[in-house]
Amino acid sequence: MKDIKVLGSGCANCKTTIALIEQVAQDKGVVIQVEKVQDMPAIIGYGVMSTPGVVVDGKVVHAGGVPTREKIAGWLA
Amino acid sequence: MNTDTLPSPSDRVILWRWLVALAVLAPAWWWAYNHLTDGADWVVAAAGLTRQTALGEAVHFFVYDTPKVLLLLTGVVFVMGVVQTFFAPERTRALLAGKRAGVGNVLAALLGIVTPFCSCSAVPLFIGILSAGVPLGVTFSFLIAAPMVNEVALVMLLGLFGWKVAALYLVMGLTVAIVAGMVIGRLGMEQHMEDWVQAVAKGQGAATYDGDGAGWRQRLQAGADHVKEIVGKVWPYVVAGIALGAGIHGYVPEDFMASIMGRDAWWSVPVAVLLGVPMYTNAAGVIPIVQALLGKGAALGTVLAFMMSVIALSAPEMIILRKALKPRLIATFAGIVACGILLVGYVFNLVL
Repeated sequence: MKDIKVLGSGCANCKTTIALIEQVAQDKGVVIQVEKVQDMPAIIGYGVMSTPGVVVDGKVVHAGGVPTREKIAGWLA
Repeated sequence: MNTDTLPSPSDRVILWRWLVALAVLAPAWWWAYNHLTDGADWVVAAAGLTRQTALGEAVHFFVYDTPKVLLLLTGVVFVMGVVQTFFAPERTRALLAGKRAGVGNVLAALLGIVTPFCSCSAVPLFIGILSAGVPLGVTFSFLIAAPMVNEVALVMLLGLFGWKVAALYLVMGLTVAIVAGMVIGRLGMEQHMEDWVQAVAKGQGAATYDGDGAGWRQRLQAGADHVKEIVGKVWPYVVAGIALGAGIHGYVPEDFMASIMGRDAWWSVPVAVLLGVPMYTNAAGVIPIVQALLGKGAALGTVLAFMMSVIALSAPEMIILRKALKPRLIATFAGIVACGILLVGYVFNLVL
């Protein structure tokens, strides 16, 4: 199971990112656990400067803007 | 779309498709932009109107300005989307690291124009820059320039008023950002950041994510995405703004605004700034209204002050910044920017 965290202060792009990740995971039949991180010090703690950011299994894989489907599929492979 | 089984075309092929598409679209764009008057004349004539009537004049204004502004917006937003891929926040941070006040303020203000910025990432961006050891005042120059010298506003001014007004807006906006950042730096307000921010700002190098490597295919794609995101979001405001502008243009008598927004009314500049604070819209929506007001005798400085205030002093951004800054620093920030905008308003009213 992949542990995925989406970093963001609750803006529209963050919600879109979460929905997209869940959708791609469902299409691929991958079991994931998505967590929303809104706490500002925690977001900064990941070293991300632009939101939404995505953390997969403790590693930052994306920052700034909604990731593409292609990119998400790559994380879940 | 299943990207696993389909072999995806190589980057090179996609890049070629992009170049062919651009080779077709760019001349088409240029042709359309140069035939706007013909199109508007044709629509007015086809509707059985003449420009001598108020209705005909309003319709002409609308069918001329709507495609003009949308074309400009699409072109510029695409180019900016591509340019921004060269200035990821991580890059900006690296460029600003180790810069002192003065040079740093100028560089920060310039980077503020080209770095992709969304008010919902203002706080992580702000702290990321601070954590690279960049002084508070320099960071503020960036934070002020980013929303204030808005690329959409700049291009719309260029398209609707000509290059002199656009250049003046650019220079004045940069000056406000640079000077305001220097003043905030001098005031030594580091202790007015929230405690956790102070802790992060002292511990060096919080930002660790380096961003993605980007080739030209990704850059062009980013331009297209930027158009989809920005133009897709603002076009209703643009059309509504132009419709309102068309109404003012056709029906409100000449010089109607001169008495309340003319250059003789000294109090009109501060009033314009105050009116702008609670308003939250984007440059693309404001500028058509601005143009119509100007046509009716409003002074350019007053109108520009209103526009800058709407864009740079927005209440929602202040609320987001409150997560990282204590009220006194936010108040200082808003106060200094407001003074800068007032100054811009008066200078424009004096020289033009």
